[in-house]
Amino acid sequence: MMEQALFYLFSAIILGFAIMVVTTRRILRAAIYLLFVLGATAAIYFMLHYNFLAAVQITVYAGGIVVLIIFSILLTSKMEERLEVPALRKMLFSGIVCAGGAFLCLHTILTYSFNPVVETTKPSDVKLIGEQMLNYGANGYVLPFEVISVLLLAAMVGAIIIAKKGKPQNP
Amino acid sequence: MSIPFTHFLVLSTLLFFIGIYGFLTRKNLITMLMSAELILNAVNINFVVFNKYLYPDQLHGHFFTLFIIGIAAAEAAVAIAIIINLYRNFSTMDVEEIDQLKH
Repeated sequence: MMEQALFYLFSAIILGFAIMVVTTRRILRAAIYLLFVLGATAAIYFMLHYNFLAAVQITVYAGGIVVLIIFSILLTSKMEERLEVPALRKMLFSGIVCAGGAFLCLHTILTYSFNPVVETTKPSDVKLIGEQMLNYGANGYVLPFEVISVLLLAAMVGAIIIAKKGKPQNP
Repeated sequence: MSIPFTHFLVLSTLLFFIGIYGFLTRKNLITMLMSAELILNAVNINFVVFNKYLYPDQLHGHFFTLFIIGIAAAEAAVAIAIIINLYRNFSTMDVEEIDQLKH
């Protein structure tokens, strides 16, 4: 009962703040609402007993990405200006497209018969995750792990090079 | 298993389409990036819930979620570098005024 109440509370937080992220006219507030959405998602991971994943969600998303977004907002936007309201026609068409897509997906989900496994209380401990991630046998994920490490290095180098100030052009 | 399985899927579907709506209506680059993060977050919820309820003896959904979080971090870093560079050249964040990648 308690678990259900918490789940619906977190779902309401996620959906409400997500709508505010895409509709608010103040850009810094949008970033803070995004933080709430990501935090409530981490809470849902905790409820599903994915503790390591929830910790990663909080550190990488809330600690990394949102802070990065806030920094870039502070570097590029003026605090007193408001985002423009999109044209009514655009809002209408986007709303119709999204409502149609959501209706289609929800209809498919609610009519498909899933077979959820009943006992789902096995906790995912960090030892198991680490062993499986660095395993190169069956169910091992060492190749994507190495690929993503190279990808992160490339992204870091690329970000530094792109954001670096170019040399002043001599006449 | 007190919470029905499909309720998680309904949550992630709605979150996904809220993100799509933001991506279609916003014109500021940073808010579009935030909408993309919402979409990725919805996908993550889906992966985790499928792993938890349909294949609880494996961890594939868990690893996919971890990799998506890592790639989202890399994407945000590169996107913000590009945004700052564009702002330096164009002094605007509006996607309709920025029509040139090399300046």
